[in-house]
Amino acid sequence: MREVYLDYVATTPVLPEVLEAMLPYFRDAYGNVQSLHNWGDKAREAVEGARGKVADLIGGEAEEIIFTASGTESNNFAIKGLAMAQQSKGKHIVVSAIEHFSVLHSSRTLEKWGFELTEVPVDKYGLVDPDKVARSLRKDTVLVSIMHANNEVGTIELIKEIANVVKQSGAIFHTDAVATAGTIPIDVRELGVDALSLAGNQFYGPKGVGALWLKKGVRIMPFLDGGVQEGGRRAGTEDVPAIVGLGKAAELAKAEMGARAKRFSALRDRLIAGLPAGIEHVTVTGHPTRRLPGNASFCVEFIEGEAMLMLLNHQGIAVSSGSACTSRALKASHVLIAMGIPHEIAQGSLLFSFGLDSTVGDVDYVLEAMPPIVDKLRQMSPLYSKFLKDKKGGKK
Amino acid sequence: MPVYNEKVMDHFMSPRNVGEIDNADGVGEVGNPVCGDMMTFYIKVDDNHISDVKYKTFGCGAAIAVSSMVSEMAKGKTLEETKKITPALVAKELEGLPKNKYHCSNLGAQALNKAIDNYLKKQGKEGKGKKRGKK
Ligand code: FES
Repeated sequence: MREVYLDYVATTPVLPEVLEAMLPYFRDAYGNVQSLHNWGDKAREAVEGARGKVADLIGGEAEEIIFTASGTESNNFAIKGLAMAQQSKGKHIVVSAIEHFSVLHSSRTLEKWGFELTEVPVDKYGLVDPDKVARSLRKDTVLVSIMHANNEVGTIELIKEIANVVKQSGAIFHTDAVATAGTIPIDVRELGVDALSLAGNQFYGPKGVGALWLKKGVRIMPFLDGGVQEGGRRAGTEDVPAIVGLGKAAELAKAEMGARAKRFSALRDRLIAGLPAGIEHVTVTGHPTRRLPGNASFCVEFIEGEAMLMLLNHQGIAVSSGSACTSRALKASHVLIAMGIPHEIAQGSLLFSFGLDSTVGDVDYVLEAMPPIVDKLRQMSPLYSKFLKDKKGGKK
Repeated sequence: MPVYNEKVMDHFMSPRNVGEIDNADGVGEVGNPVCGDMMTFYIKVDDNHISDVKYKTFGCGAAIAVSSMVSEMAKGKTLEETKKITPALVAKELEGLPKNKYHCSNLGAQALNKAIDNYLKKQGKEGKGKKRGKK
């Protein structure tokens, strides 16, 4: 059976060059970065090299990079650490309604710790209006966090414009760039942000490693107390192979970014054009133009996402869904709901994401596989038969 | 490790008795309060037995497998026997469901029960003189 992985948003594989770069640091150059001997020197050199490469990817300085164990950790660190470090100035924070749970739930933890939280709504494309951010700002706002792009619907936010607004208020501005770092060009100075999160497994680096870029001079509460690692802000023995892998992945992403994006967006556009053309009552979710190159997300009406996902998997196709039934919490994607998509339509959410192994043949295979799957489930759906009856009866 | 066992997958991939019954003797529709899904059961009753049963389901893989299993369990049974089909029994016949999918097994038994109640109510209204064997 043909196997088609279209779930790069869940994770990318590790590139062979990245793995090669990592391997020596398990058994040969296995020293502890903090050790003052040759073994330590080698490890230190490797980690500092990686720091430079990650900084280069986003236009930052090497000493502004703090390595973490995931995008989720970077976001927890930023939200809690920045808010706590500024709390003498105020206790109000602002995030968007479609942030990743690692931002949203961290903000809610801050609420329990006595902070006030404002969630800025989004429009039907998942776009945050900079004016709405401006209106949410108060004298005691110390932190604003808006994601660079949303992983589920691919919408790229107006970060520069939002940063301008936030700057005037004096609050710190963090952006979760886990979905964009290594995928689209980022220059932190140009964006005007104060802190930015990224993760290795979104651009062909290993899982279990990420980074927080923090502008020089911005204060943050340490995330892990202990030794002097990462400037005392994130203690714990450095995961040298993973950090080296992240560095290598960053270097490759920077060099190949344009070519990758061109390929992915061609595949994305083919699917975005083809799927609604081949199946009735399929809508594209997210923004029509401000969109991640590899993201094609849809809602298929009258049927549920998990069932589609299972039938697609049976055909060798791997994708994601934001349906309630696919989530452990049995709640429909908060992103789709925030965009005003009704629950029963959000239930039919499907997310295809493209990566380095994707081909035009994959898209065509999906376009071929989808109609019978949708048809099978619609034949089974009480919502669909209601719809057909209403249509016949002349009701709308 | 797959989330669903082979039995569940079998019922999901080839659900039995899918459809609607035009002049059903009883119809039961339930919505899933947990995730907003829906199931409708249609029954034909002959001589106090479920002579035919069909359903439509909007929901996850477990919900579809559950409705298929419930339809099989109900077919040919007396109304009293059918009333004894519980969610736990359905899950057992399916040789187990993932923990977070147990609520889907409630849907099937509930919808079927509602269809029987609907039938009994109609009977009450029409009096006991339901014509036998009307098709
Ligand atoms: S119907 Fe939603 S989880 Fe089963």
